[in-house]
Amino acid sequence: MGFYVSFGTVLLLLAITAPLALSFGFGGAMAARSPIAPLSWIGKAYIAIVRGVPDIAFFLFFVIALDQGIEVLRHYAKCPDWPDAIRQGNDFLVCPEAKMPLGNAPQWVHESYGFMVAVFTFAIVFGAFAANVIFGAMRAVPRAQLETAEAYGMTRRQTFWRIVVPQMWVFALPGLGNLWMVLIKATPLLFLLGVEDIVYWARELGSSKAPRFTDYPHGDWRMWYFLVLLVFYLAFTRVSEIVLDRVMRRLTRGQATAAGEAQRKAAL
Amino acid sequence: MECLDTIADYAFRSIGFGERLLPREGYTLCQQFTLIGSGMIWNIYFGVVALIAGFGLATAVAVGKASNNRVIQKLSAWFIFLFRGSPLFIQFFFAYFVFLSLKGQYAFFDPFTSAWLGALIVLFLNTSAYTGEIFYGALQSIPKGDIEAADAYGLSGWSRFRRVIWPTMLRLAWPAYTNEGIFLFHSTTLVFFSGFPAWQQRGDALYYASFFADKTFNPFVPYPILAFYFILLTLLIITIMGRIGKRLNRHLPQDAKPKFRFRPQIIR
Repeated sequence: MGFYVSFGTVLLLLAITAPLALSFGFGGAMAARSPIAPLSWIGKAYIAIVRGVPDIAFFLFFVIALDQGIEVLRHYAKCPDWPDAIRQGNDFLVCPEAKMPLGNAPQWVHESYGFMVAVFTFAIVFGAFAANVIFGAMRAVPRAQLETAEAYGMTRRQTFWRIVVPQMWVFALPGLGNLWMVLIKATPLLFLLGVEDIVYWARELGSSKAPRFTDYPHGDWRMWYFLVLLVFYLAFTRVSEIVLDRVMRRLTRGQATAAGEAQRKAAL
Repeated sequence: MECLDTIADYAFRSIGFGERLLPREGYTLCQQFTLIGSGMIWNIYFGVVALIAGFGLATAVAVGKASNNRVIQKLSAWFIFLFRGSPLFIQFFFAYFVFLSLKGQYAFFDPFTSAWLGALIVLFLNTSAYTGEIFYGALQSIPKGDIEAADAYGLSGWSRFRRVIWPTMLRLAWPAYTNEGIFLFHSTTLVFFSGFPAWQQRGDALYYASFFADKTFNPFVPYPILAFYFILLTLLIITIMGRIGKRLNRHLPQDAKPKFRFRPQIIR
């Protein structure tokens, strides 16, 4: 049962993370473009730092760092007169009230807290990638369009919301589509973050140890479970490719790009 | 010097030389640097061998995907889709358990279940698929004039491929191929986090980094060390590939050279 639910976990993660990462990315790109220098430095630093750090090291690092960061903040807020230092040699100790989630919380709270941390980690990492794509796309909007907007007397803000934002999507979509594929393929890493996802269940159910005590004893089936996962991911990628292709064609309509021109001519 | 002793003890720990027991307490900065650096031997081994071996297969796959023979073309396209469309993480798991069940039947597959061969095969096939796609794209964008000129010189078949098409393909693909190389080295960190066991605690850099993070509950030291090593490695790859790229482009006018831009993806 847990195996089937875990497919839901993966889809839920994707469904929550994608918009969250997109908004992180949008925020990051807006900050990086900002005329206020410190804000633009923050945006650019966010993009550069997260993109520069390799791979899953970031995931492994961030989950612990986030967890400890929250606990330290709660520690200072809830027990200001705690006598001991938080780091004692190799131990990380906060007062019991600052534990996150609380030690006496029920199991589902622990699980959903782990899930939320995972979502947040994914969103931060992929937000940086999305910020980079969106930042590039905003700059790719044809210069003539912006000049026309200026000629109509639009302010910077109006130009941004009415001209840049609607037009940038067509430039951002190939990059974002790529990112979506990468995000799909990143979901098995949930396993490393301690969430009971499909990899966890495939290992658990497929192995020959556990089922010996259940109604359906079988040998080592992990190979077949992982084959199912492989097919699941392949199918998912294929469907995404087709959908993205459709969306791209829809967005290209009426744009001042080569593909848009080709569509216009084909329709004539 | 204490640190020199540590280096003598642990510098080749990851391949089984030196002190057998991992440090139990203290966990000095020196120990962390040495052990994580020792783990890098595995990362470099996997990356270099897979990259060099994958180069040959990738060329074959790219030519196959561009070929007019429908069977070969479909086979190559499916190979690329299979390895690019599914997460590397799942591929590792699947391969490990396939080898495990094969091992039960034929003793020949004994070494395949250990990381040095099994994981290497997966990485080899994986990078062949990614590189094959890059080379295929380059093959498609070879200037028409080059091929026509080759025809005019009376070159055909193998000599045309060897003297004109192949060098031009490499030249066009090189910036993207450099990124693929960097990215491959980053993904070698996944090996010991998937099914492949780290025998006698001989793991790669991330294995030791997470070992220290687990023991000290402090992710802020080992992971930055890991990142430091990977940044060094990345710079090294960029330098070497840049040299080769320069040689590939030596006949071109100076301003027409394709520029390399560092743009790795995070997850395979």
